Amino acid sequence: MNSYPIPGSPFTEAPRFLKTPEHCAEGVPSYGDLIKAGFPSPAADYREEVLDFNSYLVKNSAATFTVRVEGDSMEGEGIRSGDLLIVDRSIPPRDNTIVVAVLYGEFTVKRLVRREGRLWLCPGNPSYDPVRIELDMEFQVWGVVTHVIHSFLPGQKG
Amino acid sequence: MKTMTALVDCNSFYASCERVFRPDLQKKPVVVLSNNDGCLVAMSKEARDLNLPRGVPLFKVEKQLEAAGAAVFSSNYTLYDDLSRRVMNVLEGFTPQLEVYSIDEAFLILQGSREQLIDQCLRIRKRLQEWVGIPVSIGIAPTKTLAKIAGKIAKNRPDGVYMPPDGQWASILEKTDVREIWGVGRQYARKLHGLGIHSAADLMDQEESRIKKDMTLVGLKTLWELKGRPSFTLEESPPPKQGIITSRSFSFPVTEKEDILEAGSDYASGAAEKLRSQGSACRVIHTSIMTNPFREGDRQYARGMTKELSFPVNYPPAIVAIVRRQLEELYRPGYRYKKISVFLSEIEDAGKEQLDLFHQKDSRRESVMKAVEEINSRYGRQTLHCKPLRLDSRWQMKREYLSPCYTTKWADLPRIRLGAPLGRPERPEK
Repeated sequence: MNSYPIPGSPFTEAPRFLKTPEHCAEGVPSYGDLIKAGFPSPAADYREEVLDFNSYLVKNSAATFTVRVEGDSMEGEGIRSGDLLIVDRSIPPRDNTIVVAVLYGEFTVKRLVRREGRLWLCPGNPSYDPVRIELDMEFQVWGVVTHVIHSFLPGQKG
Repeated sequence: MKTMTALVDCNSFYASCERVFRPDLQKKPVVVLSNNDGCLVAMSKEARDLNLPRGVPLFKVEKQLEAAGAAVFSSNYTLYDDLSRRVMNVLEGFTPQLEVYSIDEAFLILQGSREQLIDQCLRIRKRLQEWVGIPVSIGIAPTKTLAKIAGKIAKNRPDGVYMPPDGQWASILEKTDVREIWGVGRQYARKLHGLGIHSAADLMDQEESRIKKDMTLVGLKTLWELKGRPSFTLEESPPPKQGIITSRSFSFPVTEKEDILEAGSDYASGAAEKLRSQGSACRVIHTSIMTNPFREGDRQYARGMTKELSFPVNYPPAIVAIVRRQLEELYRPGYRYKKISVFLSEIEDAGKEQLDLFHQKDSRRESVMKAVEEINSRYGRQTLHCKPLRLDSRWQMKREYLSPCYTTKWADLPRIRLGAPLGRPERPEK
């Protein structure tokens, strides 16, 4: 985020409580029309950046993608129809991770499980069967699911 | 320990981007169309194997593509731009010395022994495939010009990485046509061929003084680069394209003069924007207009007009005004127009434009344009524009085969179906 030099100010950068228009546009609380007479807030020096969910959810932005799921086969894992999944392709698909996989050219989301040297794709719903990965299958892990975003508000997905 | 230049080049970039979210297309021919769905501009390897001529109009090969089970896409620059940014981010993780040369190419400066360099590039390639899903080839060489040549060879290797051993270069350069050398234009290549200079090796046999006389300093630097002496530093390249063309076909026949003028203004302002973005100005503006030669019943008309200025311009309102005047003259009523093009040429650096005695550089224009550009970069393109731009959809591009903007729009996120209907176990069909 850029700061503007203040005309006539000895600072080359704006002091941090002087929020730039970009800050305001992002909805970050701001003192807005500063440089008014009066007492500065005693808390101004203690202001921290707001919590940034991007940096919480995305560790590797070049490799992270978001997908939306439809269907019930992962409900037992807490992934419900309409949810968003954060997928990081830079994380190696280890045993017991939830992955976006490609099976015969189609995307699916399953828990990747290794049992007795075999790989399985396990659904999170007893109505569906696990799939054992055979060597001759067209199978590929597309990315590892790191988070699910679910809204509890009625009528709002993700 | 050597310092070398690596050219990382994304394979069939646009087609590869379309595949990232369409794994079903992994082995199918994929083609991407030019603006307005006119011609084929990008093809996956499978599509190239169909031997379609490059740049062929879609309608000529539609049946052939369908028979081959090819997937056809309009160009989705939003998607390509996002994936390009990701590719470049990953590359920045390997070296801070990097030049993003185009949407799908970057030069990297790398250090190490031959084995280390090859190993590092294999890791770069693997990481881009894993993290972003984009396949690349990498050529490694002592200079940028040679890295371009090595990169072409790398494309045909299964491991996608090629660093010619020192002893190999002589024979490679003998087999490299001058036309394939970075920065040698088609016209100049023809001239060289006429002089009996066919290969890069032939060119290297020439006297440096002669090259400098014929090809200026850029040519001389190219020659040094071929000889292995780095002469183009990062961010320094042979000069950009000699002309800027904005040419589009209408998605429906246009008959009214007002409509022609508006569309023409739109293209002129697009071309002017490009000109400014590369820091150039032009001296020649060529505008042309034509009907659709493929509509046999229609009366045909095609004409162009060239305006040579005594001073270079890059002020969009000036360029728009000239193009409008040209179109006023070119327009004839009673025809169904298909296409307008605006071509800006005799391009030179805006900084070193020669000032005509009678055309003092107007600094007010510069400050107006600076302000306009700043506002547009902050609040979005076309927030401010220099003409009555009609923002209705008629002049917008025709994009019938547009893929979703998978990475930049909430509504376009990839959708994954989880599970077949209840009770039917999910099994892949073979």
